Amino acid sequence: MNKIWWKILGSVLVVYSTIAGFLAPVPKLPILHETIRNLYFHVPMWFAMIVLFTISVVNSVKVLRSNKPVDDLKAVESVNTGIVFGILGIVTGAIWAKFTWGQYWSFDVKQNFAAISLLLYFAYLVLRNAIDEEQKRAKISAIYNIFAYPMMVVLLFVLPRLQDSLHPGNGGNPGFNSYDLDSRMRMVFYPACLGWIIIGYWIYTLLFRLRAIDNNSAI
Amino acid sequence: MKKFTTTLLLVLAAVQLFAQTADAPEGLYASDRIYVVVIVAGIILLGLIAFLFSIDRRLKKIEKKSSGKN
Repeated sequence: MNKIWWKILGSVLVVYSTIAGFLAPVPKLPILHETIRNLYFHVPMWFAMIVLFTISVVNSVKVLRSNKPVDDLKAVESVNTGIVFGILGIVTGAIWAKFTWGQYWSFDVKQNFAAISLLLYFAYLVLRNAIDEEQKRAKISAIYNIFAYPMMVVLLFVLPRLQDSLHPGNGGNPGFNSYDLDSRMRMVFYPACLGWIIIGYWIYTLLFRLRAIDNNSAI
Repeated sequence: MKKFTTTLLLVLAAVQLFAQTADAPEGLYASDRIYVVVIVAGIILLGLIAFLFSIDRRLKKIEKKSSGKN
């Protein structure tokens, strides 16, 4: 994966989706108006986060199977990158909420559970830093991570759907794709998601390579 | 008199049009809230740039360590 083509692809997609995100036509919607364009910026943050956390949990399973320290480093660095995207997602969501729902934080189920799932991963990093012995740290944090991942999925995709929520896609509130996300918006939205996922993966590989060099020089 | 009242009514009806511009959305609600999107995109850029700085700081530490060794 050290080839350069996918990095260029990710950059092109992100640049395209940003320009088209501001300029391409969008459907006229009440309340949302032009803020519907946030769909191209706010939502891909979460997709990037979920992909990075998925990479992390796969590597955590690998740690338990192989006991290689490399897999542990991959797991922790993908969580580090994923958390940054998660924070960006929650902050942009709060700003979007201020101008459409009326408040930055209206204690909507989606907002609350998204915050809790970020806290889950903060706990992962705290737990990891609390253990000094390397083998033990790799194992315990891998087990925690394997439990945290399904919790995150449930918190973000299952529980909000069972309650009333202002957020699209939850609690009898249909997602954008059912009627708002017309084909014009899909032409920007899907490239935006793919582009941000690739950029997230790129940053994760940078962090991992950095950490790997650091670990090798320490030995 | 009839003509006068109709004219007056029509003029009054036109006044409503001015009234509408008076409470036009202001600040970030103006221009169909496009500035909200500007702020959101700006925050993402700022966040990622801050993240770049933190990566840079980590790299610097490693560089210092390896240069001290040689």
